[in-house]
Amino acid sequence: MTQRLTIDLTVNGRPRQLDVAVHHTLLEVLRDDIGLTGTKECCVVGECGACTVLVDGHSVNSCLMLAVEADGADVRTVEGLARDGELDPLQEAFLDNSAAQCGFCIPGQLMSATALLDQIDDPSDEQIQEALAGNLCRCAGYEQIFAAVRQAARERSA
Amino acid sequence: MSTMKVGLSPHRVGGYERVTGAQEYLADIPFTDVLYAKLVTIPCGRGRIISIDKSAALAVPGVRLVLSAADLPQPVARFGPQYRDRPVLAVGETKFHGEPVAAVAADSKDAAEEAARLVKVEYEVLPGVYTVAQALAPDAPLVREPELRPGDELAGSNVLTRRVFEWGDVDTAQADLVIDESYSFPMITHFAIEPHAFAAAPDDDGIAIWSTIQHPYLLQRMMAELLDLPLAKVRVYAPDPGGGFGGKQNMKLEPLVAMMALQTGRPVRLVLTLDESFQASRRVSAEFRVRSGFDRDGHIIFQDIRSDYMLGAYADIAERVVTKSQYTAAGPYKVPNVRITARSILSNTTPACAFRGFGTPQVNWAVESNIDAGARALGIDRAEIRLRNLATRGEEVVPDDTPADGLWPETVRAAMDAIGWDTPTPAGRGRGIAVGIKASATTGLSYSTVRLLADGSVLVFAGTSDMGQGARTIFAQIAATELGAPMDAVNVVSGDTSVVPYDQQTSASRSTVFMGNAIMRACRDIQAQVRAMAATAESVPESQIVVDRGVVSLPGGDVPIVDIVRAGLGKLGGEIIGNGMYRKEVQPEHPLGGSPAFYEFNCTAVELSVDEETGHITIHKHVIVGDTGKSLNPAQVAGQDEGAAIQGLGHTLMEHMILDESGRIRNLGAIDYRIPTSMDLPLHMESVAIENGDGPGPYGSKGVSEGGLLSVQSAVGSAVADATGVVIRQLPLTPEHVWRSIRDARASQDQ
Repeated sequence: MTQRLTIDLTVNGRPRQLDVAVHHTLLEVLRDDIGLTGTKECCVVGECGACTVLVDGHSVNSCLMLAVEADGADVRTVEGLARDGELDPLQEAFLDNSAAQCGFCIPGQLMSATALLDQIDDPSDEQIQEALAGNLCRCAGYEQIFAAVRQAARERSA
Repeated sequence: MSTMKVGLSPHRVGGYERVTGAQEYLADIPFTDVLYAKLVTIPCGRGRIISIDKSAALAVPGVRLVLSAADLPQPVARFGPQYRDRPVLAVGETKFHGEPVAAVAADSKDAAEEAARLVKVEYEVLPGVYTVAQALAPDAPLVREPELRPGDELAGSNVLTRRVFEWGDVDTAQADLVIDESYSFPMITHFAIEPHAFAAAPDDDGIAIWSTIQHPYLLQRMMAELLDLPLAKVRVYAPDPGGGFGGKQNMKLEPLVAMMALQTGRPVRLVLTLDESFQASRRVSAEFRVRSGFDRDGHIIFQDIRSDYMLGAYADIAERVVTKSQYTAAGPYKVPNVRITARSILSNTTPACAFRGFGTPQVNWAVESNIDAGARALGIDRAEIRLRNLATRGEEVVPDDTPADGLWPETVRAAMDAIGWDTPTPAGRGRGIAVGIKASATTGLSYSTVRLLADGSVLVFAGTSDMGQGARTIFAQIAATELGAPMDAVNVVSGDTSVVPYDQQTSASRSTVFMGNAIMRACRDIQAQVRAMAATAESVPESQIVVDRGVVSLPGGDVPIVDIVRAGLGKLGGEIIGNGMYRKEVQPEHPLGGSPAFYEFNCTAVELSVDEETGHITIHKHVIVGDTGKSLNPAQVAGQDEGAAIQGLGHTLMEHMILDESGRIRNLGAIDYRIPTSMDLPLHMESVAIENGDGPGPYGSKGVSEGGLLSVQSAVGSAVADATGVVIRQLPLTPEHVWRSIRDARASQDQ
């Protein structure tokens, strides 16, 4: 029988108590149990970054983390970037730079970039490239994504 | 009063949804009472299915169906866009690694996965063919049963078709220099970040299908034929694919999911894993032998191109890939004598299909590299030899067919300028330059309905799939321009065959031209109605009224369309509906069924260095110049050009599917199959658009989505040879391959 445990999570600022299967990943719980489908599933081995979320401020491949490991954590997903209907400057910058093509990798890119900008106000190009190295984009809109992150960094520090 | 919205780069239509996580891809759609499906496969390429024991799987709580070929109506239905060769489930034997032998549907994902593991398949590994040489061996096992090829003289072989395109006389042509070399291009997978996904549900007396498909209307037709239903009873929902690149053009597992839905009476959804997506689609691999004849001034005297393209176990659209790409295999040049002999060869591998470039990058690698070899042997600059042979606007590349439709030498010169071709190459670096053309759509049919609403806002119905190329943004820009609406008052509706009029397909970089023109005509239809409305309202003859780009010009002055419409529609409100169609008819006598509507022409130039100790290539500068006719959205053009270029770099430098001796793919998934990351990019990238307004699309536009990928490998190979003096003719140029090639070349020099 599937073993289940009760966990407490704060997801995008909202406290939730959830009864989860112990073998389910944070990705599965976010998408299937809570219905937050903005976080995407692709490789499920932690290589593509489509499932990136912030757990206590750190970017994490949610496909590699069991939901029970996130018990007590503060989780932020792409749905939590906009506040009161206002897009985050990073999201605006992605729109301004046509950085979202098919868009499937974009939630993960946004979360990795958020983690970067939360740590470094004015990242260098190399730091941006390294911070996003775990987020594959097959449309290969990398130049546009870098430009968006640079724009957001400028606006944050302005 | 300019309403011009083309030539600008507004926010992408669907962009807000993409940056907020609100975009609903197929896996995100909420379904009520849905069943989760999981495939059952065996770990070999070709295997005989001895028995399938479902009992343990059926005992898993929540399992509703375990389906194998024996449970389907017999004989098992077959389908395919070119040949009806692919069964809904494997019949008797698997033809490639990953072909489903059964499928499970259950109330939960966990139950489906557990049950799929518990389906016991007894099988025997059979000898299969996994390379061109194996497929062509005299005693090779046949991939397709001869009884499925009645009347086909090649049925006793693995050669599906042999096509010859020929003009002039290669055998008697006199050349001062002949280059005769062989090349190869490996199997590559699409690796869209969204894995393929499918769903189906009974829909009254018909069926509803959801698919990550590029061609929803072709899917609708094929499903209607397969299920013997009227078209109107097959409703295809096609949410924006999360990347397609050709891999999602044609029907694959939709019939299986549909049959599961019909058997259970419930919605069924199958979301593939990335590993399974590798087994759903790949690029056609190829081997070439090219003999190129030159005179001493570098003019190409003949091209004798022998191409062996390796298809997978089922043809999908791959035979068309071969035929179409080979038709223009001699490239954008004026070549008086050409013979192209192309074979499509079946193998026990992932069904190959369309992939951005549609067979052209493969043959471009061989032909462009041979031209480089000619230049080196003759002591002619590699850009100069191309300029001497290039066709320019009005000159033919294939006799009696669509002539060059752009100032192609101008494109090459722009690339030379951008890379600094005429400046000295920095020490330790090499440069390369290459060109490519791709024939665009040869037939086409797109319909659009545009509705101008009472407040001046606009609904555009366009059945094109927006898989990241930004089609809906372009369509909104056209409608906004023609009807004078702000961009945020235009909505583009797509993705539902019961609501949106027919669009033949989303492929061949056609949509800006074909659907763009259909929308333009629908807008013209509305403009004509507005003109009549204005004539009545103002009591002015229609002949004295001009409606153009959102503005109604009356004898008394200019008025925005919306003012006329608001007044004209009156108290009841309502709307003005326009219809447009753009059609390119079949030409039955044409080898491709029609002449190309336009060409995508692109020149790529790179500057790179090679670390001879490791074989690692660093691209210092990568220049892409495409002839767009007119860039309707410059940011999206750059996104397409640069994205295609980086995808091409993946093909060139790192990607290949590796099989073991039983045909099993050894590098399934993201750990063992690498694609370019943010750390693998050229240090500097530049894309340039040549805009002469000479395309057949709206405002003189052409399609642009494949050009940047056509000749990447050729430019890089050329630069590697320039940097190291070592010519490599097999892709990909992985560090190991480059290191070994340099070492072997140096060793043979020392002897």
